[in-house]
Amino acid sequence: MTTRVETPERKSLHFQPRTPASTPGDKVVGAISHTALTIWSLIVILPLLWTFMSSFKTSSEIFASPFALPSVWRFDNYVKAWTEAGIGSYFLNSVIVVGSALVIVMVLGAMCAYVLARYTFPGSRAIYYLMLAGLTFPIFLAMVPLFFVLKNMGLLNTLPGLILVYVGFALPFTVFFLFSFFKSLPHEITEAAALDGAGEWRTFFQVMLPMAKPGLASVAIFNFLGLWNQFLIPVSINAAGPRVLSQGLAAFAGQMGYAVDFGALFAAVTVTVIPVLIVYVIFQRQLQGSVSQGTSK
Amino acid sequence: MTSVKTQQSRNDDGLAAVVPATAPQQLVKRRRKPLTWDKVSFFAVFLGLPLAIYLLFVIWPFLQAFQYSLTDWSGFSPNPNFIGLENYARIFTDDIFMKAMANNILLVIVLPVVTIILSLVLATLVTVGGSSKGQIKGLRNSSFYRVVSFFPYTIPAIAIGIMWGQIYDPSGGLLNGILTGLGFDQFKDFAWLGNKDTAMIATMFVIVWGFVGFYMVLFVAGIKGIPAELFEAARIDGAGRFRTAVSITIPLIRDNIQTAYIYMGILALDAFVYMAALNSGGGPDNSTLVMAQQLFFTAFSKGQFGLASAMGVVLAITTLIFSGLVFLVNRLTGGDKDVSN
Repeated sequence: MTTRVETPERKSLHFQPRTPASTPGDKVVGAISHTALTIWSLIVILPLLWTFMSSFKTSSEIFASPFALPSVWRFDNYVKAWTEAGIGSYFLNSVIVVGSALVIVMVLGAMCAYVLARYTFPGSRAIYYLMLAGLTFPIFLAMVPLFFVLKNMGLLNTLPGLILVYVGFALPFTVFFLFSFFKSLPHEITEAAALDGAGEWRTFFQVMLPMAKPGLASVAIFNFLGLWNQFLIPVSINAAGPRVLSQGLAAFAGQMGYAVDFGALFAAVTVTVIPVLIVYVIFQRQLQGSVSQGTSK
Repeated sequence: MTSVKTQQSRNDDGLAAVVPATAPQQLVKRRRKPLTWDKVSFFAVFLGLPLAIYLLFVIWPFLQAFQYSLTDWSGFSPNPNFIGLENYARIFTDDIFMKAMANNILLVIVLPVVTIILSLVLATLVTVGGSSKGQIKGLRNSSFYRVVSFFPYTIPAIAIGIMWGQIYDPSGGLLNGILTGLGFDQFKDFAWLGNKDTAMIATMFVIVWGFVGFYMVLFVAGIKGIPAELFEAARIDGAGRFRTAVSITIPLIRDNIQTAYIYMGILALDAFVYMAALNSGGGPDNSTLVMAQQLFFTAFSKGQFGLASAMGVVLAITTLIFSGLVFLVNRLTGGDKDVSN
């Protein structure tokens, strides 16, 4: 709460006419609520807007005044960030890695969760707890040995290596979430499918998987955000490999001390932020729903 | 036997309502069929493939970390020496690591509390800030606040760190621009991240900024799950807004709060990305150095993999102790039995 941003036009927004039923007390509470929420919204939005605005400025303009609008709305910074700083290719790498890992982990996670949730066999409990362990331990603990596991397999500093590790670390969350989901699907359906002569494979792909769509969508959203934002894994096991976005951004910012080009840095950050933000705004309804599902289990 | 077992575990999971109590056991029961190729291949692929990846890339490294932590391995010698607990002794006498640990403990005390209180307050305002007459309803336009507050959660942590690094910039940053604009001239060229008294607070604010929206959405969902009758009953009994929030809302979403507390605490014990982005060298006087940074540096810059693994084990044990404590405190203070208004 160190940055309280005051805005003069705030008040006019809140004393709107309300429904006749509200008491004066309600009006006060409503006004206070709106004020508090507006302050927080401003604290969230102002930094983003400022970054966006600064991405069009030259370094000297940025230092002249943090508030002034850019003299010309130039896209030089974006061109520089995208090509010279390599954000374009990092972006592509991120899309490849996160996209592949997401597809693989969703398929494998759904299969594993399905087997654990619908069949009882010796060791199923143990596997379940093994998954729990993977969720509890900090990723950091695994990084050093993982480095050598990948090195021995020749996958260190490669995108396939990164994809496999992403899959491994996203798996426990995926299995957990879908486990409770598959458990809640009625058993009668499997029975019906078996009576109709469907084998195990067919029952899963043609009956159970389509039924699990809402659950799959929620997990996919969370896995996407988690993997897209992943930083520690790439900087540990892909330090010399083709960079992904988060890694490239950090490297770009790290050079800044020597070659100061703040405009391009702001442009790089904007390029990283905007696509996901747009996707979020489009899908925010689904996401709000899945937050509650995802964490209630 | 199988059917009974499934039935029980379903009930354990709190899904009792979904499964009719009178469901005829006969129907659910599956006969033990002979193993067919279909079934064998199904199990091999469905269970074998995910488990193979998981064991190789997650469980095996975790186990190896414990083993490495007892050696002086530097990554190149084929036969590292077993040195027992020497690495641990070294860690606990290392002032810099202890400073990092103290910083992590400070983070784990402050961050969850601040984030949860702030997001609870905002969630409460959104959900029960509406009229006290008629139907229980939330504030007008509340979805706008919810959507906006969630923005930071969609931004990669490294981008958040870099962005705030620029906002805290002494001369060209937004924060000092606003403060000097408001007439606080003492903040002109004030280095928020370069001063050992403010670096940690500034960093904590960034992390709180990143997570309040997420937990707010989580709590809003939790509060919306509470039946409206409970709020109406409280209102009829004469409870005001504050009383309702403290005596009804918070006890009923207690499980959500516990989950949030653990997630946030685990994050506070890591915090690597934010620290690396805001003050990669650990900050003035190591005031923002965290264990994870020290581990990363020891492993990938100095190549002392044995020592780094021991640091990882310390980090993991700290995390486990923290989670255990949260569960214990929640259990001791009454858990979810506390709804007695």
